[in-house]
Amino acid sequence: MKALSIRGLTKTYKGGHVALKGIDLDVQAGDFFALLGPNGAGKSTTIGIISSLVNKTSGTVSVFGYDLDTQLTDLKRQIGLVPQEFNFNQFETVQQIVVNQAGYYGVPREVAKQRSEKYLKQLSLWDKRNAPARNLSGGMKRRLMIARALLHEPKLLILDEPTAGVDIELRRSMWDYLEAINRQGITIILTTHYLEEAESLCRNIAIIDQGVIIENTSIKGLLATLNRETFILDLAPTMGAGAAAGLQLEEFQWRVIDDHTIEVDVEKSQGLNRVFEQLSAQAIKVVSMRNKANRLEELFVDLVEKGRQPAEVGA
Amino acid sequence: MRSSISYIALKTIWIKECTRFLRIWIQTLVPPAITMTLYFVIFGSIVGQRIGEMGGRPYMEFIVPGLIMMAVITNSYANVASSFFSAKFQRNIEEMLVAPVSPAVIIGGYVGGGLARALLVACIVTLVSFLFVSQVSVHNLLVLVVTVVLTSTLFSLGGLINAVYARSFDDISIVPTFVLTPLTYLGGVFFSISLLPDVWQTIAQVNPILYMVNAFRFGFLGISDVSITAALGVIIGFNLILFITAYTLLKRGVGIRS
Repeated sequence: MKALSIRGLTKTYKGGHVALKGIDLDVQAGDFFALLGPNGAGKSTTIGIISSLVNKTSGTVSVFGYDLDTQLTDLKRQIGLVPQEFNFNQFETVQQIVVNQAGYYGVPREVAKQRSEKYLKQLSLWDKRNAPARNLSGGMKRRLMIARALLHEPKLLILDEPTAGVDIELRRSMWDYLEAINRQGITIILTTHYLEEAESLCRNIAIIDQGVIIENTSIKGLLATLNRETFILDLAPTMGAGAAAGLQLEEFQWRVIDDHTIEVDVEKSQGLNRVFEQLSAQAIKVVSMRNKANRLEELFVDLVEKGRQPAEVGA
Repeated sequence: MRSSISYIALKTIWIKECTRFLRIWIQTLVPPAITMTLYFVIFGSIVGQRIGEMGGRPYMEFIVPGLIMMAVITNSYANVASSFFSAKFQRNIEEMLVAPVSPAVIIGGYVGGGLARALLVACIVTLVSFLFVSQVSVHNLLVLVVTVVLTSTLFSLGGLINAVYARSFDDISIVPTFVLTPLTYLGGVFFSISLLPDVWQTIAQVNPILYMVNAFRFGFLGISDVSITAALGVIIGFNLILFITAYTLLKRGVGIRS
């Protein structure tokens, strides 16, 4: 069963800006799906159209089989949306916000109040239920938007940059929560700038740039295409100044960062063992090692840059 | 099933709207009480004593229905215009747009909120009038109730349409300042149009607020400068036009969808 199916979706805004140039996208039910792309790529427009905040120019969208054009009411009931910006009434209390939102979906007030206790407790907001939303911290506001989106118990949860500006500890706890509700059967579509977030949470991914889907595959499949990784090696400080500059590394491209740090490019075919063999032979001790960048980040940059290279002009 | 979902959504918007204007009662309920008290003191007691009678009634009694109607008009309009525009401005209108709420339900909820505030303000102004008038008679309760409900609905719809087009808070004060206030003052709140020269009597009849004030005054006192049937016809006609306009705007997403 497809949670989301998009065919030939285009959007041209009033000023003539073409945000989407005919995208096709499928998300299976139960998936944890990442939609990535640089700023202005068309992610928010796509989400806006799915959640009917933006009028499409052409194409079709269906959610769990309900068509956007002909079965809008049923389609809307399947979706919970967590937008990028805080869009609740800052003067209403936390509980009023979530209970009212459920009411718009036809959830009776008493049922909505019971559910609000469940979700606000799960998201550690129950103690703040009578506080006006404007008094919450940024992290609490993000969690409030997740609670609000879940109260009518949607089958598809769409999160647009849900952890933007959230500290690491809170981000991790939100990841745990999203993984838990995904295990319960809720399909999740996520846009994020934190590629580490997409890599650790999502099973499938689409990369969109300049209104076109340039990659749509599984995270594992995408990472398998990564041919080269860059590692940063910290050398033991006891080795004296200039230790890094004096060493020899054959077969690899490498650079000196400072007296005790080097950066080595390792092709998939080469393996890391050869690096350590050569360093050991020179009695150089490595105290720590890390990836220079997130692996997905490297792929993301490569794909976007490749997609933007000018096409060859035929004769 | 669909109708019960719409009913719950309608009730939710209405409760939210009522909670809003009750939460800020100092801004919404107190000012009309103070303003109308001043009108009663200045126009009713001080100036009114020199005027004597109008339409066969003491001047103070004559202006009571007009002042209530003036409060109903301004509060209906202001409530919906400011609430809907704030929802647009803070983007919490999106809470309704992503949900299966039809344009008619959104209109119903907001108009219901405007109506609730207007009726509450009408009661407050009526209570204030008891301080200045020995007794407030009711000539025709049905006409009274129908007129106040339809007038409040009409101006709530007007406030909604204004808010749909508004791009800044300034835009929602232009219509009340430059259109509603002059029309209300010229709509027979403080005088009978029979006092005007013939030409101006004819011109005054183009003003829709004249019909509302006179129908309401008929409900209270049994006197009117215009036919009640014509007055109710005008009010119902304008209601239909504004409802269709508001529905079309929301359906197309004007001002609220990209």
